[in-house]
Amino acid sequence: MKFSTVSRHIREGVKNVGRNGWMTFASMSSIAVSLFILGIFMLLALNVNKLADQLDSQVQINVYLQVDTEQTKAEEIERTIKRIPEVKTVTYIPKAEGLKRFRESMGEEGKEALDGYENENNPLPDAFEVEAFDPQKIAFVAAQIEAINLTDPDKSISKVKYGKETIEKLFSITNAVRNIGIAIVLGLAVMAMFLISTTIKMTIIARRREISIMKLVGATNNFIRWPFFIEGAIIGFGGSFLSTALLLFGYSQLVESTSASVGLYMIQFSTLDEVRVLVGGTIIVLGTLLGVWGSTISVRRYLKV
Amino acid sequence: MIEMQDIWKTYADGTTALQGVNVVIDRNEFVYIVGPSGAGKSTFMKLIYREEVPTKGQISVNGFNIGKLKHRKIPYVRRNIGVIFQDYKLLPKLSAFENVAFAMEVIETPKRMIRRRTMEVLELVGLKHKASSLPAQLSGGEQQRVAIARAIVNSPAVIVADEPTGNLDPETSWGIMNLLEEINFRGTTIVMATHNKEIVNTLRKRVIAIERGSIVRDQQRGEYGYEI
Repeated sequence: MKFSTVSRHIREGVKNVGRNGWMTFASMSSIAVSLFILGIFMLLALNVNKLADQLDSQVQINVYLQVDTEQTKAEEIERTIKRIPEVKTVTYIPKAEGLKRFRESMGEEGKEALDGYENENNPLPDAFEVEAFDPQKIAFVAAQIEAINLTDPDKSISKVKYGKETIEKLFSITNAVRNIGIAIVLGLAVMAMFLISTTIKMTIIARRREISIMKLVGATNNFIRWPFFIEGAIIGFGGSFLSTALLLFGYSQLVESTSASVGLYMIQFSTLDEVRVLVGGTIIVLGTLLGVWGSTISVRRYLKV
Repeated sequence: MIEMQDIWKTYADGTTALQGVNVVIDRNEFVYIVGPSGAGKSTFMKLIYREEVPTKGQISVNGFNIGKLKHRKIPYVRRNIGVIFQDYKLLPKLSAFENVAFAMEVIETPKRMIRRRTMEVLELVGLKHKASSLPAQLSGGEQQRVAIARAIVNSPAVIVADEPTGNLDPETSWGIMNLLEEINFRGTTIVMATHNKEIVNTLRKRVIAIERGSIVRDQQRGEYGYEI
């Protein structure tokens, strides 16, 4: 395509945008609102991920012993763990307590399934729950506990676990939130697209005469279509740009005003720099595509060329 | 130049506009299409500029079999056909110059050529001095001249004119006819549908009469043949 043609299409596209001001405004706002909500969910997801990373090093450590470990041996290991300077508390969970918790976690069905596993038949190991003074050092503490085995000929510690379950729980909640979010955003996006396609339809109707003359004198189909695609792209870009600006501004304000208070819980929000490109880029690209898509619908339907 | 073989046209609502039309129009001919309203004249014209496709039969214009033309090739065939209407179909917000230049812009003609060629055809139709006037500031005859300038600006091989003098007084009509004859002299084939008895009977050309969808008369230097 020639440069003069490209610039003509852009000029015509911009002219179209100005032609039906209110409809353009409505469809731009609608794009902005739907993508703003999408942006909120994106920011939420990013922060949950970051929180999960942080939690990884914050929750308690579970230490499981070999099933056949003697009571005295278990007490010895408990004392050894307590001697690690970074350890705050150690709670002993005997196998009977472990079975009770397991049974509770299985609910109704588990009650019968686990019958007969009491006392000598209990297949579960004894365990400890360990908490550290400094959550940041959890991995270090876990490594030290695992190291106890090195000096223990029986290798009584079978497994050291930390963090995972809490994070899984967190993820199951955020997944639910995300699915709801996707549904809302999809609904709004479809609505925005229809508004855009209606706007383009109005432009097509307003320019009917011009279009028929263009066809008559032999303008190619693409030549006729381009300004409408550009109009759609401008609407989509404008709306998504607006929503990105509002979103990132709002987010930076939120981070600034709350970082002091949530910082106390060792939680940090993603910084503006971390999210700017990803969130802004996604929204603007998506918005522009939605705009073009909306105009494609109308061009297909109303621009019989 | 234009060749129709056993052309039938039935519209979606069931009306049959043309039934079995055969006609050959040679390069550089000037042909009047006459007949009562609703006889099929407009359909005949629309088939030539590929606004409609025949239900049955073959039609070729300027060597292209336009009934079977691929969609994306239609624009290139249309560049060889200039169309003029009774109601001019000018864009009201564009000046005379811009209306004519528009036809060149949309087929991506280089800018400097547009300017020169547009002024050239405006001069040919005698409106160089009104190049910057809007259609509303021009008389009916002047508007039709702008429309003619637009139709010929891309140097088509054929001009299809659907009652070009239908809205004009006799004197102005003669001005338009002189212009069309001039264009015909310069080598453009002209097919003109008309109800103007005086013009047909005075400026003698080939006359094709269509009634109820069929050609009932085809005569060199013919007469209008209907009482108004």
